[in-house]
Amino acid sequence: MHPAIAVRDLTKIYEEGNARVPALRGVDLEVQPGELVMLVGPSGSGKTTLLSIMGCILSSTSGSIRVAGKEVTALKPKQMASIRLDHIGFVFQGFNLFPTLTAGENVELMLDLKKVETAAGKKRAQLLLEQVGLGEKYNSFPADLSGGQKQRVAIARALAGDPQIVLADEPTAALDSHTGRNVMEMMRGLAHERGRAVVIVTHDSRVMEFADRTIRIEDGMIADSTLEEIEVPPGLGSYPAQASV
Amino acid sequence: MPPLARRNLFHDKVRLAVTVTGIVFAVVLIVVELGLFVGFTETTSALVDNSAADLWITSKHVPYVELGVPFSERKLYQARAVPGVAEAQKFITHWTQWKRPDGRNESVQIVGINPDSQLGRPWNLVQGRAEDLKRPDAIILDDIYKPKLQVTAVGETFEMNGKRARVVGFTHGIRSFTTSPYVFTTFKRAQEYSGLADDQTIFILVKLAPGADLDTVRRGLLGRLTDVEVFTSREFSRMTQIYWMFTTGAGVAVLLAAILGLVVGFVVVAQTIYATTVDHLKEFGTLKAMGAPNSYVYKVILTQAAISAVIGYGLGMMVSGFVVRASQEGGAAILMPWPMAVGMFFLTLLMCTSAALVSINKVTRLDPAMVFKG
Repeated sequence: MHPAIAVRDLTKIYEEGNARVPALRGVDLEVQPGELVMLVGPSGSGKTTLLSIMGCILSSTSGSIRVAGKEVTALKPKQMASIRLDHIGFVFQGFNLFPTLTAGENVELMLDLKKVETAAGKKRAQLLLEQVGLGEKYNSFPADLSGGQKQRVAIARALAGDPQIVLADEPTAALDSHTGRNVMEMMRGLAHERGRAVVIVTHDSRVMEFADRTIRIEDGMIADSTLEEIEVPPGLGSYPAQASV
Repeated sequence: MPPLARRNLFHDKVRLAVTVTGIVFAVVLIVVELGLFVGFTETTSALVDNSAADLWITSKHVPYVELGVPFSERKLYQARAVPGVAEAQKFITHWTQWKRPDGRNESVQIVGINPDSQLGRPWNLVQGRAEDLKRPDAIILDDIYKPKLQVTAVGETFEMNGKRARVVGFTHGIRSFTTSPYVFTTFKRAQEYSGLADDQTIFILVKLAPGADLDTVRRGLLGRLTDVEVFTSREFSRMTQIYWMFTTGAGVAVLLAAILGLVVGFVVVAQTIYATTVDHLKEFGTLKAMGAPNSYVYKVILTQAAISAVIGYGLGMMVSGFVVRASQEGGAAILMPWPMAVGMFFLTLLMCTSAALVSINKVTRLDPAMVFKG
């Protein structure tokens, strides 16, 4: 079985006027199906750039990247969009739900992009919302949902396309600790029970316990990749174990 | 497809109101400017268009209906003898002076006709009949010009070119492009008011016999009558319109105003549609990040533009309808013939969708990585 994501000697350099700012320098990384990987590190270390490249949203400067077994390094924007649609689900820090659509319609939108017929799309959207515990919120608008509920709708939307890979950018940053734990348990379930490769960028040290592997990035390079070596800032513990979805 | 375009529009009522107001403003502006142009154009040739004549016989080199040159009325009998001519009548248009009760003079255009004929008669009569012109000193004028000429009712008498004139009827909506109102009277009396010699006319109007060929009759007239030109009503109408609208500065000014209205309208629509798109830039970025092809995003934006166009057009035409109706009581008519109303729909749609294309350009260049920027 090939890795869900395979990154080899990846570099990314941003051009800012005449200046060249390296964001990633020779990153090597593999993420397996069923694995939950966290990318941590200080701001500006290159985590989000790496996530964007793995998500086929950004092109690398050099190196190679394979997503779901496909070489995507030199793809054109249109082809990258197609890879995103077919293989990747995104969960964003700010939820990025469409405020004018109901929770159900937000999920349906993803299914519409996948050309699922309308009636079948509605049925599947309802099922997905039930899976994240929001079956009764189908007709609620995002403004009427709590932060945790919005993030669960976002997860349902990310899963609607049945992606092999789920990429999340600070999914718990806007949530309280209890809700954040619920979301993280859901993400772990995606990896362990449903076999998705899940990559999460986070600053939140309280969610580290959910990771199968934690990769620390500093100055655009992988500094280390073990959870035990991550320093938890004083005063920040882990989420209480009894929280539920 | 979830109704993203419709919801984007209707979710924010204030933004929707601003967008629709912009489009309504553009529609009304364009309708008024174009309507004025059409109104002025039709006004210039109204006498010809409503003459019921098939052919106009004029002196040579007459450029438009108000600048006819007198010629001998003997040509009338020659014209009547041409095969295919069912009827020929003398017709005069000539400027003369109208003396108001307060002593001030106004310029008017006297129109001399045969009240027993259908050719050249006043139309849209709201009081009196064309046959009433056979009464002594009788004239018919348009009620729009009552204040200008200080006329209030049928039966009043005035003075034109030093001769008595009695109002026997009113028309409604027969405007003059030159601001000199038309005053209808008999041919004989028109000769007197305009100082024309007894044996002269300015035009001869010709009605063809049923089944007669227009070109054959025209050739027949030109063969028998010397020193004249023969135009179809359509030709003479076009000549008059072109003279007033393009040879004089007035028509060009109206045309420029109409073009300016189009440009300003487009800019207003472009701004409002652009702002509507930019308001939802984050969502379009999310769509692109989710893997939506550009065509999907374009469809949402164009649908928003099309819905805005339909609403803006509907309300804009309602407002325009009021403006057009109100203008009927004034000296400058704003006309909105149905082809113009239909054309406005497609123009509004075109303006909104092409304005959307400007904003699409911004969305196309949108970096989907923006979704990771908080």
